[in-house]
Amino acid sequence: MGELKLMKGNEAIAEAAIRAGVDAYFGYPITPQSEIMEYLASEQPEKRTGMVLLQAESEVAAINMVYGAASTGKKAMTSSSSPGISLKMEGISYLAGAELPCLIVNVVRGGPGLGTIQPSQADYFQAVKGGGHGDYRLIVLAPASVQEMADFVGLGFDLAFKYRNPVMILSDGVIGQMMEKVEFGEQQPRRTKFDEPWMLTGKTPDRPHRIVTSLDLEAVQMEKHNLDLQAKYKTIRENEVRFEEIACDDADYIMVAYGSSARICQKTVKLARESGHKLGLLRPITLYPFPSERISQLADKVKGFLSVEMSSGQMVEDVMLAVNGKVKVGHYGRYGGVIHSPEQVLCGFEEFLSK
Amino acid sequence: MMNEEIIIAGFGGQGVLSMGKILAYSGMMQNLEVSWMPSYGPEMRGGTANVTVILSNERISSPILNLYDTAIVLNQQSLDKFERKVKPGGVLIYDTNGITKHPQRTDIKIFQVEAAAEAARINNLRVFNMIVLGAYLKLNNYLKIEHIVEGLEKSLPKRYHHTIQANADALKIGMDIVKPYTVLVS
Amino acid sequence: MELKDIIKPENLVYKRTECLTDKVLSYCPGCGHGTAHRLVMETIEELGIQSETIGVASVGCSVLSYDFMDVDMTGAAHGRATAVATGIKRCNPEKYVFTYQGDGDLAAIGTAETIHACNRGENITIIFINNGIYGMTGGQMAPTTLLGMKSSTTPYGRESALMGNPIKITELVAQLPGTYFVTRQSVHTPANVRKAKKAIMKAFDNQKLKKGLSFVEIVSNCNSGWKMTPVTANKWMEDNMFPFYPLGDIKVDGELVKK
Ligand SMILES: Cc1ncc(C[n+]2csc(CCOP(=O)(O)OP(=O)(O)O)c2C)c(N)n1
Ligand code: SF4
Repeated sequence: MGELKLMKGNEAIAEAAIRAGVDAYFGYPITPQSEIMEYLASEQPEKRTGMVLLQAESEVAAINMVYGAASTGKKAMTSSSSPGISLKMEGISYLAGAELPCLIVNVVRGGPGLGTIQPSQADYFQAVKGGGHGDYRLIVLAPASVQEMADFVGLGFDLAFKYRNPVMILSDGVIGQMMEKVEFGEQQPRRTKFDEPWMLTGKTPDRPHRIVTSLDLEAVQMEKHNLDLQAKYKTIRENEVRFEEIACDDADYIMVAYGSSARICQKTVKLARESGHKLGLLRPITLYPFPSERISQLADKVKGFLSVEMSSGQMVEDVMLAVNGKVKVGHYGRYGGVIHSPEQVLCGFEEFLSK
Repeated sequence: MMNEEIIIAGFGGQGVLSMGKILAYSGMMQNLEVSWMPSYGPEMRGGTANVTVILSNERISSPILNLYDTAIVLNQQSLDKFERKVKPGGVLIYDTNGITKHPQRTDIKIFQVEAAAEAARINNLRVFNMIVLGAYLKLNNYLKIEHIVEGLEKSLPKRYHHTIQANADALKIGMDIVKPYTVLVS
Repeated sequence: MELKDIIKPENLVYKRTECLTDKVLSYCPGCGHGTAHRLVMETIEELGIQSETIGVASVGCSVLSYDFMDVDMTGAAHGRATAVATGIKRCNPEKYVFTYQGDGDLAAIGTAETIHACNRGENITIIFINNGIYGMTGGQMAPTTLLGMKSSTTPYGRESALMGNPIKITELVAQLPGTYFVTRQSVHTPANVRKAKKAIMKAFDNQKLKKGLSFVEIVSNCNSGWKMTPVTANKWMEDNMFPFYPLGDIKVDGELVKK
């Protein structure tokens, strides 16, 4: 067993980053995720592993610092919360276009605009459907516990480098701010070999110079690049879907919920079963790729799905696409920074039943 | 099965969050599952703060709750807000300092701890929250006092470790002065 | 004598500026933001330009300044206040336009907007509160944080090799031909308040001349972020901030002040 600690989700991400041998973190303070940079600063990662830590002058600068570090094959990451992630969107599109691996953490707060600093899940569309310009996808991981906040740093970088694609951890103020037990693995060494053909390491006589770019002035070439990207996304969809099922075996109805909502819904499942409803929970762990196939299979045997999210209903669109009209689909959620309680979700479910 | 769902609420600066932290650490020391969920925000000095702590020997589902087994409240706003959120049969502990509207419910167990007054009397306002915590421990025996002291060590920065004895003493004071409160039904 | 005999216009020695609303300020007790708000609003009242003024609030502790300042105001995204002000002023050149920004907003995330608004010589007034820290988000390093100064992201003190040096953005913008009046003030003593008031008055008055941008830095305390009592914070400010950020005019009527 590794080392057991009591930590906030935000701190767990930071500790996990050092232990995963991450090369660099660039960030800009914003609530509710500033503890990530603050924890790193207090740990002095430059002393522990040589990891670079820099407070940038803005999120725009921070994501572009990530772009630079990633071009050289380094494991680089940044974190922010909703308004800051909006600023990063330009850079994220460039990272996806140039096929650079990196990790972006979004500890979501209520929006739109400056919004509120309270938790929210209203950045689903932005994370999963694009957000920046162009036809690109991020791999999106949705942790539901402090342990997963830690675990998904390593997993995120593995996926990012496997597919040369930016990975986003889509968390929120609940998981970021709460403390739970978390177990850390051993310190991983930082990467020392930068031997992949896309990494900028300095031209040597034995090879042509390398270029990292998202630009191609030839439309036909750009279309080919897009086709390659789409082929990559298809492989990701085929291989990287992750989800968890709770009490789905005998369920008549299934809630679909991720992150903190999934935690809340776990209690709703219990409450519902106490009052005689056969309710289950499907928790997508990857939001992109989405567990569409599994939902489609389940749609053949249950009577309906309720998407529970702290938003006005975003993921529900993906649930509907997966269900494809087989059974009824509804949405329940408080939003704008309000967190629904397990009891409120149960009421929402009962209302959904009566419709 | 053991599953204790607690809310601690009061003014920012009263040590609400750290009280929760000590409970969580102590629970962890006893191999319980724990979660600690604070209210957060630019709650400037004097604003209200609260924390939900869950201790359980099962995987914890929702860290966000609507009803609690125990509410520990340290100001009037928190009393007004959380008295009605105690589960029937549950426990409400409050400090009478500054309270003008006392609890009304008869289906829960209510206790008073005059921690603010006592902290002032012993001339150590910093241990106020430990006196309150002592009251809670008196009413619950699932946490061992040595684990609480260990929890204190874990949650206090090193430079405050010389205060651990005073804090441990304050726990005992809380245990001694907590007293039941009966709502008079008129 | 009874109370009602005392409450008479001729006995009035101090009152709330008409241009401040009666909302309770959200700032920590002892914070300089409140005094700075009052000075800006007194100026607007005395110049009689309430109806001609449009303000731009920034993101920082003063994010709600539009609740306290009784003039038309808009809230800009973090760092973008001077761009927003440019948009307002260009379309409404007859209006008095000002921004009210912290150091993080103006000199970190908004540096580009600041420099370029100054360089274009927008006929606006910038009120810049330099407290050397990010107050709103809980005391992280600001671009103006002094070397050696502790913050939640420089828990061992700011080190120039790792985190760069504190930026004197006010001296920087004074170099640009677009700025017409650049000054640094403070509001922690009555004498300083009077000087700061004069400077702010000039900065607004200048908008009539259409000769460029007026930039008023106010070195201020953040007792919460600095983790000090208000009194020690002011003392610390005198001993540490003022030597690095010396008070006084830097550029007047388009000319750099010779020291
Ligand atoms: C795009 C974006 N990034 C980050 C934030 C979080 N944020 C709010 S205020 C602030 C710093 C404010 O500091 P300063 O301008 O110095 O003002 P002060 O609070 O000290 O008065 C930050 C980083 C935000 N609101 N938007
Ligand atoms: S945190 Fe600092 S800048 Fe903000 S209101 Fe308090 S003292 Fe003022």
